Amino acid sequence: MSITKKLSRYDFSIISDWVPSQSKVLDLGCNDGELLNYLKVKRNTTGFGVEKNDLNWLRALKNNIDVIQIDIESGLSEFETNSFDVVILSKTIQSMQNTEVVIKEMLRIGKQVIVTFPNFGYWKNRLQILSGKMPTSEELPYAWSDTPNIHLCTIEDFDNFCKKCRFKITDRKILTDRKSVKIFPNMFGALALYKLVSK
Amino acid sequence: MNEKNSVGIVKSKIFKCKNSLKLDCGVMLNEYELAYETYGKLNTKCDNAVLVCHALSGNHHLAGRYSSSDKYPGWWDSLIGPNKPLDTNKFFVIGVNNLGGGHGSTGPKSINPKTKNPWGSKFPIVTIKDWTSSQNELISYLGISRLSGVLGGSLGGMQAIQWSIQYPEKIKNAIVIAAAPNLTAQNIAFNEVARQAIVTDTSFNKGDYYKLGVTPKTGLRIARMLGHITYLSDDVMGQKFGRKTKNTNYQYNLNTEFEIESYLNYQGDKFARDFDANTYIRMTKALDYFDPTNGNKKKLSAVFKKIKSSFLIISFTSDWRFSPKRSKEIVKALLDNNISVSYAEIIATSGHDAFLMSDVRYHDILGSYFNKMLEAK
Repeated sequence: MSITKKLSRYDFSIISDWVPSQSKVLDLGCNDGELLNYLKVKRNTTGFGVEKNDLNWLRALKNNIDVIQIDIESGLSEFETNSFDVVILSKTIQSMQNTEVVIKEMLRIGKQVIVTFPNFGYWKNRLQILSGKMPTSEELPYAWSDTPNIHLCTIEDFDNFCKKCRFKITDRKILTDRKSVKIFPNMFGALALYKLVSK
Repeated sequence: MNEKNSVGIVKSKIFKCKNSLKLDCGVMLNEYELAYETYGKLNTKCDNAVLVCHALSGNHHLAGRYSSSDKYPGWWDSLIGPNKPLDTNKFFVIGVNNLGGGHGSTGPKSINPKTKNPWGSKFPIVTIKDWTSSQNELISYLGISRLSGVLGGSLGGMQAIQWSIQYPEKIKNAIVIAAAPNLTAQNIAFNEVARQAIVTDTSFNKGDYYKLGVTPKTGLRIARMLGHITYLSDDVMGQKFGRKTKNTNYQYNLNTEFEIESYLNYQGDKFARDFDANTYIRMTKALDYFDPTNGNKKKLSAVFKKIKSSFLIISFTSDWRFSPKRSKEIVKALLDNNISVSYAEIIATSGHDAFLMSDVRYHDILGSYFNKMLEAK
């Protein structure tokens, strides 16, 4: 658990590098609001969280987050076009039904979009599949039978997806164990972070 | 009597307001009285006060009992009391009977000082803004310059919204539950059927029935029965009553056959005994008229521009009279103005009435929000 915590802190720091100070941030699937509070401290941001899960919603409220309980996938019409500086989807995309629609909505609402996801192409995942099992790891902690992750993808998949949907990637960071991965990222990267703008 | 976490025995008080009030309908009230109750203590900074606004059939008696033999506690006793979600050890809680209400505040059955007779039909139509204006007088009288919160469900939630628009400097938090920014046509339609049931009752006498020694009970009970159906969901009625009958075999006569019929009749009778018909009509009218956008002349987000309070908005999934969709309209207008807001949609089967239930998650949310209000002071 502590490893996961540390890892997530590290991806927070990269997200924080991408978030301009004093910007207005919308975090979709904000969980208990940890990332929003991190950005509040580091970058002096304001903003809102969206969280569907009852328990996480209450934890976010208790953590002083302004948190809205709506389903990301049934539309984000509550949020006006261009009303946020940054819209974040952190480790949530793999559980979305309609990935393209969600990212399009994010690009409508925010000037800039940050998406992070566990890379299914990471060699440890590949190895587990070769050994005949669905992979589990710090980034993918669920067993196949109870996972919310229905749309797992690799870095290559996501690059192609952005090309197809005409999402412009302005920055990309690939991480493994708090370190940036430069060589064969789709093989050696555990977590992918993307910064997007609409074309 | 030693009820756990109860505010105990309480007393209703009367505030006599000598400041005149010009009502939305144009009538000037030179003076009026408001029945109210308070629980807990106002702290030395006077910054721990929460005003609780009541809905259609409510009143100022929120919690506790009037005597040890009192059968029922106040209508929101489950929420308000020592160590309850709205903790009276920490907050000073105020309940007030709205102007026109039949529970001690000036209303249709009070004596009109000009005629020395009950107001009856002559009692003016009051609006939510009239209520908040009069509540503001009471708040000032109690020595409070800024409320920590205004809380209400349904029609009460609309008052909390009105407070935040009308007195942006005087309210820190608005807690708006199972409410809407205005009524839909369907909602107004239900209200009109209820009113027609009352005004066509031969005992109604255009509203002047007090001196005749009659009350339009038949109309009022039908109005309440109709209302009651709409406050529940199809599901919860199905669970509670289904097609259960009073007798094993059908009776094939005009008497009540199904348990839902007995239940509605019982609720109707009880209500018609205790509630004033003229007040009921005025409460439904206040609901119909409420519309901060003034017939869409202004967008809701434009109306919310000067709001300074933070919001907690709560809706219930099975509430079809004040549906989650309507709450989200409020949320959207607040988000448009970058106003601090949290929104929860609670899975509940009880329909609109869910806001009065003690659902664990619902009370957890309210309790956590009230705690936040204390911390943020």
